[in-house]
Amino acid sequence: MLNTNLKHLETEQEVKEVLEKNENVMICCGRMGPMCVPVFRVMEDLERSYPHVTFRDQDFDISAADIIRNLPDCALFMGLPFTVYFKNGKVVAATSSIQNKDQVMEVLDREFGKQS
Amino acid sequence: MGNEDMENVVIAGSGPAGLTAAIYTARSGLNPLVLEGFVPGGQLIVSPEVENYPGFPEPISGMELMDRFRKQAEQFGARFKMEVIENVKIGNDLFELDTGIGRIETKTLIIATGAEAKRLDIPTEPKFYGKGVSGCATCDGAFFRDKEIMVVGGGNTAIQDAVFLTRFASKVTIVHRRDYFRAAPAEMEKAKSNPKIEWLIPWVVEEIIGDNTVTGAVLKNRETGEIQQIHCSGIFVAIGHDPKSEAFKELVETDKNGFILAEAGSTRTSTPGVFACGDVCDPVYKQAVVAAGHGCMAAIDLEQYIYIHRRK
Repeated sequence: MLNTNLKHLETEQEVKEVLEKNENVMICCGRMGPMCVPVFRVMEDLERSYPHVTFRDQDFDISAADIIRNLPDCALFMGLPFTVYFKNGKVVAATSSIQNKDQVMEVLDREFGKQS
Repeated sequence: MGNEDMENVVIAGSGPAGLTAAIYTARSGLNPLVLEGFVPGGQLIVSPEVENYPGFPEPISGMELMDRFRKQAEQFGARFKMEVIENVKIGNDLFELDTGIGRIETKTLIIATGAEAKRLDIPTEPKFYGKGVSGCATCDGAFFRDKEIMVVGGGNTAIQDAVFLTRFASKVTIVHRRDYFRAAPAEMEKAKSNPKIEWLIPWVVEEIIGDNTVTGAVLKNRETGEIQQIHCSGIFVAIGHDPKSEAFKELVETDKNGFILAEAGSTRTSTPGVFACGDVCDPVYKQAVVAAGHGCMAAIDLEQYIYIHRRK
């Protein structure tokens, strides 16, 4: 169970809906561990500054996480969390393991446009 | 000091030192605010098993141990925020803490920010982070089932990680730059008796090899200069830690390596009202139980400071 202030994706239906209904989506799939929590915190921190991006997290160990875990873009990943950026439902970037705020912002700015 | 929003005590850090300070100051009615940082629980949460913390005859995971610390502090009234101090200004009888999210005013400050893991600092390392290179065996070990892994380091963390990773890996090679180990004898015995573990000493990693993921590493023998290439799919780095004191360098004195300097036999720093405890000021012991004791000292030093300050 994730203890964050982000909205969690708990079912496959929720994953599909968030990707269908939003143009820019960042999903971080991980656990409450030392590599994942910093990324969750960065997302919480950036959520207000990027209103044009939908931020969600997901527990790596639930079955609904298959959608993220089985993405071809994550096939070579060997470090938690798996963080995937979607534009119009398609993957535009994906990272593995811990990322700092600058690294996350670099992808957000590049793929979705700069913060407001 | 009439500001009702002003904190009595802010504790930066939530490892054994910070949470022990929180337990003591909360129990003394000081209503501490703990700024947990982005990794609550500190370094210990990556330890799969803690066997040497007094009072726990059975091994306990670092995550669970720190959870118990936190609950105990919470029971006595400690409050928690997941924020990190980025800058500190000294005001009139107060400290202004900038966390990037907001500002906090406090009468006293305990710095217990601990230390962060060092990286190998070789050019190819960042490229392979999350694609074979990791700093957390408990987080990422399961990705290396039936694969060959290298663990770099010679302290307790490295040796514990190596033993833990044998649950998944077909082979674990420990690469260490010295011909002696700092790990505790009990940890060494476990590793030495594990048939999946091999040893390369005194070798250092010169280069990480791979295309999209790690496939091996180039190693150099520190005594002979010999170079060899070994195959591995994962490299777990556990080569020590640097103190997390960057945000406080203008506030308190540190040594050349960044460890905060405290008065001998106390936790008082060069700035009155600021106390330091745990790994951020401990270049020698770096043990959870030492950090916890140090956190207790900081709380008592702080209580004394407040008592004297009130009387003035």
